[in-house]
Amino acid sequence: MAETSKLTLRVWRGDPSGGKLVDYQVPREPGMVVLDALHYIQANAAPDLAVRWNCKAAKCGSCSAEVNGRPRLTCKTRLNEFEGQDSITVQPMKAFPIIKDLVTNVSWNYEVAKKIPPLQTAETGSEPWIMHQVDIERVQEFRKCIECFLCQDVCHVLREHHKKNEFAGPRFMVKIASLEMHPKDTGDRLKFIKEEAGIGYCNITKCCTEVCPEDIKITDNSIIPLKERIADRYYDPARWLFRKITGK
Amino acid sequence: MEKYYSHEYDVIVIGAGGAGLRAAIEASAMGAKTALICKSLLGKAHTVMAEGGVAAAFGNVDPQDNWKIHYVDTFKAGKFLNNWRMVELYTKEATERVLELERWGALFDRTPEGKILQRPFGGHSYRRLCHVGDRTGLELIRTLQEHGIHQGFDVFMEMTITRLLKDGKRISGAFGYAREDGRFNLFRAKSVVLATGGLGKLYKITSNSWECTGDGFALAYEAGAELQDMEFVQFHPTGMVWPPGVRGLLVTEAVRGEGGLLKNSLGERFMKNYDPEKMELASRDIVSKAIYQETQAGRGTPHGGVWLDITHVDGAKIKKKLPSMWEQFHKLADLDITKEPMEIGPTTHYMMGGVRVDPETQSTNIAGLYAAGEVGCGLHGATRLGGNSLSDLLVFGKRAGESAGKFALSQKAAPRVNEKEIEDEAKMMLAPFEREGGENPFVIQSALQELMQSKVGIWRSAAPMKEAIDELSKLKEKTAKMGVSGTRLYNPGWHLTRDLPHMLDIAETIARSAYERQESRGAHTRDDFAKPIDETWGKVNQVIRQENGKVVLRKEPVPEMPAELKALFQKEVKKNG
Amino acid sequence: MSSATLTSRLPWWLSPLTVAVVLGGFGIYSLWVAFSNSSYLVEPYLSPYYSPLLVFNWWPFSPAILILWIPLGFRATCYYYRKAYYRAFFWDPAACAIPERRGDKYRGETKFPFVMQNLHRFFWYLALIIWAILAYDALKAFDFNGQFGIRLGSLIFLLNAALLGLYSFSCHSFRHLIGGRLDCYSCSFSARTRHKAWEGVSLINRHHMLWAWLSLFSVALTDLYVRLLSWGVLTDMRFF
Repeated sequence: MAETSKLTLRVWRGDPSGGKLVDYQVPREPGMVVLDALHYIQANAAPDLAVRWNCKAAKCGSCSAEVNGRPRLTCKTRLNEFEGQDSITVQPMKAFPIIKDLVTNVSWNYEVAKKIPPLQTAETGSEPWIMHQVDIERVQEFRKCIECFLCQDVCHVLREHHKKNEFAGPRFMVKIASLEMHPKDTGDRLKFIKEEAGIGYCNITKCCTEVCPEDIKITDNSIIPLKERIADRYYDPARWLFRKITGK
Repeated sequence: MEKYYSHEYDVIVIGAGGAGLRAAIEASAMGAKTALICKSLLGKAHTVMAEGGVAAAFGNVDPQDNWKIHYVDTFKAGKFLNNWRMVELYTKEATERVLELERWGALFDRTPEGKILQRPFGGHSYRRLCHVGDRTGLELIRTLQEHGIHQGFDVFMEMTITRLLKDGKRISGAFGYAREDGRFNLFRAKSVVLATGGLGKLYKITSNSWECTGDGFALAYEAGAELQDMEFVQFHPTGMVWPPGVRGLLVTEAVRGEGGLLKNSLGERFMKNYDPEKMELASRDIVSKAIYQETQAGRGTPHGGVWLDITHVDGAKIKKKLPSMWEQFHKLADLDITKEPMEIGPTTHYMMGGVRVDPETQSTNIAGLYAAGEVGCGLHGATRLGGNSLSDLLVFGKRAGESAGKFALSQKAAPRVNEKEIEDEAKMMLAPFEREGGENPFVIQSALQELMQSKVGIWRSAAPMKEAIDELSKLKEKTAKMGVSGTRLYNPGWHLTRDLPHMLDIAETIARSAYERQESRGAHTRDDFAKPIDETWGKVNQVIRQENGKVVLRKEPVPEMPAELKALFQKEVKKNG
Repeated sequence: MSSATLTSRLPWWLSPLTVAVVLGGFGIYSLWVAFSNSSYLVEPYLSPYYSPLLVFNWWPFSPAILILWIPLGFRATCYYYRKAYYRAFFWDPAACAIPERRGDKYRGETKFPFVMQNLHRFFWYLALIIWAILAYDALKAFDFNGQFGIRLGSLIFLLNAALLGLYSFSCHSFRHLIGGRLDCYSCSFSARTRHKAWEGVSLINRHHMLWAWLSLFSVALTDLYVRLLSWGVLTDMRFF
């Protein structure tokens, strides 16, 4: 019976100095997810196996890792997806420095978040705001983000080209879009988006959208609209010529 | 002893959920040098799991609603064990705290007029819960986080505090370790705000995340603070029961708010036998007990729950109003909730009891120590209404931050830190490394969870609780023999060896308080004392504390409500009569 | 097994390889058509590669070259095609979470030539004119010497114009210009109208990739149809 069969989990174990894949046998139970399997290993074979997790309900975005090479939330990755396979591989996110085992140092993301100019509003006082559903719908999609950083992990600009100084990454494009499109926001972040956040580094190859566990249409709904707003200001030939002539 | 990192602040806030973030924002705003310390990454605290909404009596949908009705509702659910002043402050200030969130960027669902939309919820007389689909907690924590990071306080992520430090009767800081490298950290501080959340992880079936190990209760208790109402653990009626990996995972009350029906295996809406007036939207303790009784009577589902059915509601509406529930069942249980009923059962959800605090300032009996949110106590009484916890975090998070800031700024000299205390703590922490091959902490943890679930759970009686108290002390002995392997680098097994003594201490306070309260009231249900006894037990809170290593339990009269607030209930009677 | 599981088990190079082969094949066919300078007109059908037909004394080459830069520029700067060819031809990245070679030299769309992608909207304006002409051609494809008729060619031309329309009007730049650039939709009557339009565009924009491919095939097939008629390989089937 499938319920009592075993599965081999090949888990990357190591620290900044290096590591290797270690095999663990895990029983398959109905409805089991990769994180359950990791917990089984922790409780029975390797109590020092480092895994970051919190809610186990795909709401906090802590348990990100790469399952068979694909960035996933381990709490949402069912083992029965891999029926017919004897083993699955679990590795830490590649785009971030290793702390230990499956835990990576994601503090860079928090540094980026701090640099983004916050919400600015013109209205003061304590009167309740009137905002209509149509005006906030777009932003509500962006605010579904659980900050699992899987999009940052899969983004080749960060992962392969190491542009962490030049490019803020998909997560923060979503964040900036949520501010720029906020109906009460009066801030202007276009220069920031172009020069600090480096939106031009994105070549819209959409891996971020593919891995997003919240199904946020990162590329179509946040990055491309921001690119278009940048085009409005910086790539209009008439404006460009005007700037060249006046030097402004 | 080995070197440790040392930090100095006016105010440290332990815990970065809704209450902690709100407190840090407020303390910072007062000009106090503030640090926010959290066990996880910022923005991952259990607040993200709150789904249904934040209760605040705006009256946007039902104009009849106001703080007075919210006051009465909260008291009725709390079975009159609530602290009247806390409830008053809370119901009056909740709306302002919610509006403040909106000005910081939160985007709640809207009414057609462009106001904040409010949904019905169990025990609330009117539609009162401001929400964003079913991810309100995420909206709340993200808003506070994004506002907070620009307010100038420092954040220490993945830092676990294991002991509070005192200078005589006054708080002087906290000591703990960084999860990343296992190094010790000392925080000298003039005030400390506890905002550590709940203790669901004491139970086997819980909606709580790994963090909810009751740290704050234990830190306060072990430092000599008083805990109150520890017998009142809320079991949420609707947790998932299948598959096993997600057992206990919360199914939001908003499912019932949006029209979901509870049915037993015979297809009956059994709530008609328990609360025919409010049916599915009866308060949580009533629904939980009803489900328990149905399953005990053999009318349960294949995996020991009951059915929660929302298939009669339009599928598109379900996906719009309950998107993460749809996703949760679709992904984790292969079930389409628009087509099939959900299988649900009670799950440990919330701690009504906690650190005994002053209703206005959130201060404890230790000078400079404050508590807010779930770790605090007084607002909810014997049961909490759904939606009341999110606004609790905001109202009392702010108040705690404000008082902690004020107290710190009024202190001229920094309190002294007792080196001996630090050495003791470090020694205790490192001991398990010298006992490799000792007791496995994971085994002790699951024994504890099993024990609390079966003997101090939803249905209680004297004999099993007595056994539980004895078994807890045996488990305590075992913790002295725990061993761990590996290094201090991000080592969950090691971390657990320090959590367990805390958990066992707190489990004991729950078991003892529950054993002592010989009646059934709110979330505390006894087989051997099935009825509430208003004349005696209805008038007292139980307060528990440690004195010279001994547990001291006492009864404290519930503070008398002033006449003008009492009058609110008489109006209620007239209206109903 | 779900389709998602199945897709995840296919080798990662399959998708970029398919795109490379199909897009490459289309490119070669288009080059050949553009330079052939023959067999593009069988009344009332004019190959979309040659419409509008611009014949000048001063231009000794194929008239197709005078207009093809517009659809070429439109497609080359299109947000969907960019993804497709960055993956298939530049391997940047070839697929998600696949190691790359270029290391730290990557500049994305910040430097020439790729910074020119920002001019997409201007190609859209021009492409819209071309589309209007092709739509007119499609109407003309029902006009047989002043007689209304429906033949297979008429339907092919109509389908081609429709698919090109869907592709052009589902453009991301258009989606921005029509309403995406606004922050408040309820603030004025015109904003409310533009929100409706934006919603409509968003609806077809979700399938922009589909329209991109279908319209690519339909252009080539429409040309091929005209060519085959011209060569006498086919005769136009008559329905009405």
